Amino acid sequence: MKSDITYPLNIGPVHPAFKEPIKFTFRIEGEKVVGADIDFGYTHRAIERIAQERNYIQIIYLLERVCGICSFSHPMAYCLAIEDVAGIEVPPRARYIRTIVGELERLHSHLLWTGVAAHEIGFDTLFMYTWNIREKVLDCLEELTGNRINYAMLTIGGVRRDITADNAQTIHQVLEYYEELYNRTSEILLDDLTLRARTEGVGILTIEQAERLCAVGPTARGSGLMKDVRVDYPVNAYYEILWLKPVSPRDIGKEPIGDVYDRMAVRVLEIQQAIKIIQFCMENLPEGDINTGSGAVKMINALKKLEGEGVGRYEAPRGEVCHYVILDNQEHPVQIKVKAPTYSNGFTWAPMLTNIEIADIPIVVASIDPCVACADRMTYVQADGSRTTISWEELRAKSIQKYKGVRRQWMK
Amino acid sequence: MDEVIGVAIAIVVAGVFAGLFLKGIDRKLAAFMQSRIGPPIAQPIYDILKLKQKQTIIPSTSVRWLFTGAPLVALTSGIVLLLYISLSYVCYIIGLQSPVQGDLIVIMYLILIPSIAIISGAFASGSPYASIGAQREMVILMSTELPIAVVVLSIAWHVADSMYNPFALQSLFEYTLWHHAGAFGILGGILLFLAMILVLPAEMSKVPFDQAEAETEIAEGVMVEYSGKLLAFLLLTDAFKALSLSALIVILFFPYTFTGLFGLSFSIGSYSITPLIEIIFFIGKVVIVYSIGVTVIRVIMARLKISQVAKVFLFAVSAISIIGMVLIMLDPKMKMI
Repeated sequence: MKSDITYPLNIGPVHPAFKEPIKFTFRIEGEKVVGADIDFGYTHRAIERIAQERNYIQIIYLLERVCGICSFSHPMAYCLAIEDVAGIEVPPRARYIRTIVGELERLHSHLLWTGVAAHEIGFDTLFMYTWNIREKVLDCLEELTGNRINYAMLTIGGVRRDITADNAQTIHQVLEYYEELYNRTSEILLDDLTLRARTEGVGILTIEQAERLCAVGPTARGSGLMKDVRVDYPVNAYYEILWLKPVSPRDIGKEPIGDVYDRMAVRVLEIQQAIKIIQFCMENLPEGDINTGSGAVKMINALKKLEGEGVGRYEAPRGEVCHYVILDNQEHPVQIKVKAPTYSNGFTWAPMLTNIEIADIPIVVASIDPCVACADRMTYVQADGSRTTISWEELRAKSIQKYKGVRRQWMK
Repeated sequence: MDEVIGVAIAIVVAGVFAGLFLKGIDRKLAAFMQSRIGPPIAQPIYDILKLKQKQTIIPSTSVRWLFTGAPLVALTSGIVLLLYISLSYVCYIIGLQSPVQGDLIVIMYLILIPSIAIISGAFASGSPYASIGAQREMVILMSTELPIAVVVLSIAWHVADSMYNPFALQSLFEYTLWHHAGAFGILGGILLFLAMILVLPAEMSKVPFDQAEAETEIAEGVMVEYSGKLLAFLLLTDAFKALSLSALIVILFFPYTFTGLFGLSFSIGSYSITPLIEIIFFIGKVVIVYSIGVTVIRVIMARLKISQVAKVFLFAVSAISIIGMVLIMLDPKMKMI
């Protein structure tokens, strides 16, 4: 039965399904979604602008606040970008510690996502279960870095805290704990009947669409795109992990079709992969310094004398995060550009959200693990509260104008 | 007759607290299963007391009389439902002559009325979320009709073999479903019980059949615009419904009394406290049924899609209940009576 009657349904900016403000306008036909419009811009915080007022060390802690869950990945990409400009060699031990903390973060981020996804489809028991077992890795991170999230572990040219023998023991205990639980958890997540009924064949993103829309991270890998910054452009200790390859639903014997189930399978497999990587790093942890030994003031003074541009790429739990900085003989970068994973993955919502049911909206939106605040780039507010639409040409002209300004300043 | 009126008033007053505590026990038990601490058992009562003093907001887009009237109709019909289901049974277990027999067909329709009132209130609220919720609630109501009708018919079929009135609830007190039942009859009875247990979460709007309220999809759906006293009415209706539907399952399948089962009677001095023991035993059975049908199921499952719900009820649950009915019809021992 086909009817021509459609009606609009607003979900957001504030809605129980979303953790952050974002607005979707759907065209609904009965229970079916026939069209979707996405509206960003409710939680812009001008972090890139604030970064231009801070010195190089302060920015690390500012960028930790870009995203509460990727609070290691953003400063990591920034540090890589600065090290790229300055040509700083990071000591091997620091590179291994960076990898360990990064993978612990991936572990807790994927467990958090699983809980959120379970809550979106009304499976609160699984939500409570995954968040309960997530406490263990958060405790471990607290012991390791002093904080559950926002670790303040990184500095330019290394890390700030060493892994002591006591810490190593805690890490081993935590890994054992997750290895024991892994089989049970993956069984619940991948074999539960109602969970499968809700995730299989829902929110399909084909491999062509994923490639065309530049999907990154688990979203791309769930569609069968073998794309992982850790493998393609290795940094830190990933050089030495030769067996590392992007996970894919093929690892559990399923041909990827790019539905929510595949993206979930990728995350579950990445939990196992993270455990293996940490084990490898703990076994091969080299002795030596954990940073270049120059203090904050010395580092800022060194960077003040530099000009140039640098790019840092790092695989955050949600996908590739990329930071671009321009240095110009100043105490702060003249420009910093943050590209969060959701910035790329947000576009994949468009094909995913068509031809689904209303009931699928929350789980499909959550399936790319969105971080709305990271992806918000601009707001355009009129004083009287009215709304203006900026056309693509206008936006492009404004962007070119802005970056030309930066370039002139830098080129002198 | 005066005594019966007293019992009726007592049922309504006690029903408020029993229903709310039932929901409190459900929340506490679910919390225990999810390794949480959970709210105190009296939390639903605190919720009602809080809502009583909150502001009641009526949306400007709503149809005012229907929006405010619907919760009242729902609450009233909830009370009637509880009275109609449990008055004759409570009279029976405490040893009084009941004026109501309890007609199963009437009960089938009474179960619908609170839901229909909530649906009309939701449509009258003018919110798109509430409209979607109301549409979903209608689908669920229609899907659960067939299993309930089949259960009622099978029970009437079974009772028709005896000298009792086939559609009266009262007949079941003496001539239970398990009475004179052979292997087929017992198996059929178990299948019917299973079907009713699956209908319970759908009628109560609980996971996996909570599409009408689905918090993460449509933000409490049918209840989204209700606040203050009107929301308190809806929560009370929910409590009455929880109590009466669990009581109905208890009466249909396990109407045995404590005294009848164990042959004991209790008294303190010259006062007989057997009625009190019977009431406690009855409430205990209600709590067990509600815990199995609602708490356990909602803890182990995810919310289904509305299209899947229709399939589950129209195919799986209906099949279970129809097989149960056929088994009861085929039961050879019954024909001997």
